[in-house]
Amino acid sequence: MFDALSTRFSKTFGNLRSKGKLSTADIDSVIEEISSALLEADVAKEVVDLFTNRIQTQAMAILPTLQAGSNQAQSIFDVVNSELITILGTEARRIRFAKNPPTVIMLAGLQGAGKTTLAAKLAKYYKDQGNTPLLVAADLQRPNAVTQLQVLGQQIGVPVFAPELGNGDGEAVQVARDAIAFAHSKVHNMVIVDTAGRLGVDNELMDEAIAIRDEIKPHEILFVIDAMIGQSAIATARAFEQGVGFDGLVLTKLDGDARGGAALSITEIIKRPIMFVSTGEKIGDFDLFYPDRMASRILGLGDVATLAEQAKKALNPETSAKLEEKFARGDDFTLEDFLEQLEAMANMGSMGKLLSMLPGAASMKKQIENFDESEIVRTKAIVQSMTPQERRDIKVLNGTRRARIARGSGRAVSEVNALVDRFSAAQKAMKQMRSGSLPAGMPAGLGAGMGQIPSVKTPVVHKKKSKSGNPAKRAAEERG
Amino acid sequence: MGIFSNFLSKIKVNNLLNKPDLDELAKELIAADLGADLAHSIIDQTRKLKSATPEESLNSVLLSHLSKKSRAITTNSELTAVMVVGVNGTGKTTSAAKLARYFQNEGAVVLAAADTFRAAAVEQLQTWGQRIGVEVVSGKENSDPASVAFDSVQRAKEISAKFLFVDTAGRLHNKSDLMSELEKIKRVIEKVTPVREVLLVIDATTGQNGLQQAKIFAEAVQVTGIVLTKLDGSARGGIALAIEDYLDIPIKFIGTGESIDALAPFNPDEYVKGLIS
Repeated sequence: MFDALSTRFSKTFGNLRSKGKLSTADIDSVIEEISSALLEADVAKEVVDLFTNRIQTQAMAILPTLQAGSNQAQSIFDVVNSELITILGTEARRIRFAKNPPTVIMLAGLQGAGKTTLAAKLAKYYKDQGNTPLLVAADLQRPNAVTQLQVLGQQIGVPVFAPELGNGDGEAVQVARDAIAFAHSKVHNMVIVDTAGRLGVDNELMDEAIAIRDEIKPHEILFVIDAMIGQSAIATARAFEQGVGFDGLVLTKLDGDARGGAALSITEIIKRPIMFVSTGEKIGDFDLFYPDRMASRILGLGDVATLAEQAKKALNPETSAKLEEKFARGDDFTLEDFLEQLEAMANMGSMGKLLSMLPGAASMKKQIENFDESEIVRTKAIVQSMTPQERRDIKVLNGTRRARIARGSGRAVSEVNALVDRFSAAQKAMKQMRSGSLPAGMPAGLGAGMGQIPSVKTPVVHKKKSKSGNPAKRAAEERG
Repeated sequence: MGIFSNFLSKIKVNNLLNKPDLDELAKELIAADLGADLAHSIIDQTRKLKSATPEESLNSVLLSHLSKKSRAITTNSELTAVMVVGVNGTGKTTSAAKLARYFQNEGAVVLAAADTFRAAAVEQLQTWGQRIGVEVVSGKENSDPASVAFDSVQRAKEISAKFLFVDTAGRLHNKSDLMSELEKIKRVIEKVTPVREVLLVIDATTGQNGLQQAKIFAEAVQVTGIVLTKLDGSARGGIALAIEDYLDIPIKFIGTGESIDALAPFNPDEYVKGLIS
């Protein structure tokens, strides 16, 4: 999601770390880098300026206090990190339940932001927690938005209040009002109202949203926004804030490669928290928003907290405990652990999503995105063709061993090499992270191509002359 | 937008661009979603160009970054097949219906509801079809979109239609399996008739990610043109200029509102005027 941005950050701080003593000029150039990275990520210009000014002030303030020989780059990095978390909201905000049910949640946003899908995801999420949500089809504008919600409601087993067919007919305010009465009579403890998409500048539709709000007095109004939105994010959010108003944000389509800078812009300017993120087309692709985790994603630190949580869900308690212990003890994450995870996660859905939480994931972006499930089978075959010793210590893998593994798994030697390379990069990143430093050595250029304009050359990372005795590996290296 | 008009009137008075003016101008271009790099190179070129007024210079520099390719729809003597593609929520279904409406006067039109994924997308297109009196070919929900596309071409041939517009499911360009599905839909149509146009629908509010969308879609299905939607909002749609500049894909149509007739051929002069108004 914020991959390209995190790649830029990793690179910037990698450069910084290579210097011993930092000068004010170093700070300036870092600020410049951060500024252009943020702009490329669609953070609004005014927010970029505010953000970089604050970092500059703080960085300059601490610069004289930094001891020679201490990790100066790290101190600057900490400033950036904490500033990011501050903007994204220091604490995760959740839906506030009403004292007297039903809790009424109203969705608002531009056309195509993903409100209807989100309504269903929200309903499913709260239903699974033992609530009894009612979905309300109050988007009477878009042809068949009502039908769409009905179909989704049926899929997730949540009743949909839809007295009007929509398609331009019917009174949305009336529907909303009746829905609340209906919810009371059927003892639903939660009502989720889908409304028509509207442009920030469209007064008529904004007035309708306001009328619905005044009628049903929602406990939470959620502003749904597409992560791919550009610089108009602030103008749009302002129009909604001044129009219908909102309590929190939901960021959708975060499974794309958009960098989602709008999230920073809106939270900074409008001061509303991001509450949820939507990360895929399936109803279950929905998450609570964690500011600290998102900040570390932006900075290329990966999201180990979420990964550990997911792992806990997927692995059996025994393996899970073992893995946690390993993390804590500082042991290497080995291919054996990897294999166990592969097996456990095979039925957890998207492997790519899990991989992207690993530190340094930004540099493996392309591979992660193109991860198809048969890849898991192939990867498993390769790992299973290794001896236990090889799995525990990939350093022993010489050309002969790799050729044998390739034969055993029915894959090409180059595939074995690719897996080993990727794995050792991830392993290294984890090690660095545990020691408190950034994965500075991550080949930033590998993933950066995705986010860059086509005219910019992706930096070539592996230019080292090959010393490998392995013909396939050498050929791959020479191809560069 | 107001800032920019004020700013232009200011430079009209001075008739020269100094450093603070240029910086402010760059800021405005960035705010229009052109992207920082493109904005800065446009400023550089504007500075060097000798014209009567800075506004004129800026105008002609912006125009020079647009594609030189034709903005007309390439037609066939018999059936012209057009695919409508894009990421989720940009307005593909509405655009497909608007296109059908737009070309309705030139002969029979068939709409294909090949978005079999999103709940009720088929019904949405059918509703549009009924309203404008255009036949909609559809399959069952979750059926194979390629087979719907194939049926629709057959049907279009059968009734000697002039145009076929194939609405496809929204897909994020980084989902390689979904992009392969799109390639398959195209291949299947081309078994019967060449796909003359692949129109990528881009939401005018899209930020820098739009470039990536255009690049990947172009690689997969050889996009021939852009439909820029939701230009009636607060966004100025500068990302389209970046797409034209970097990828040389022309914008062919713009969507300007919610009504079925709110589709117009792209007009470079008006677009550039809108960017700097």
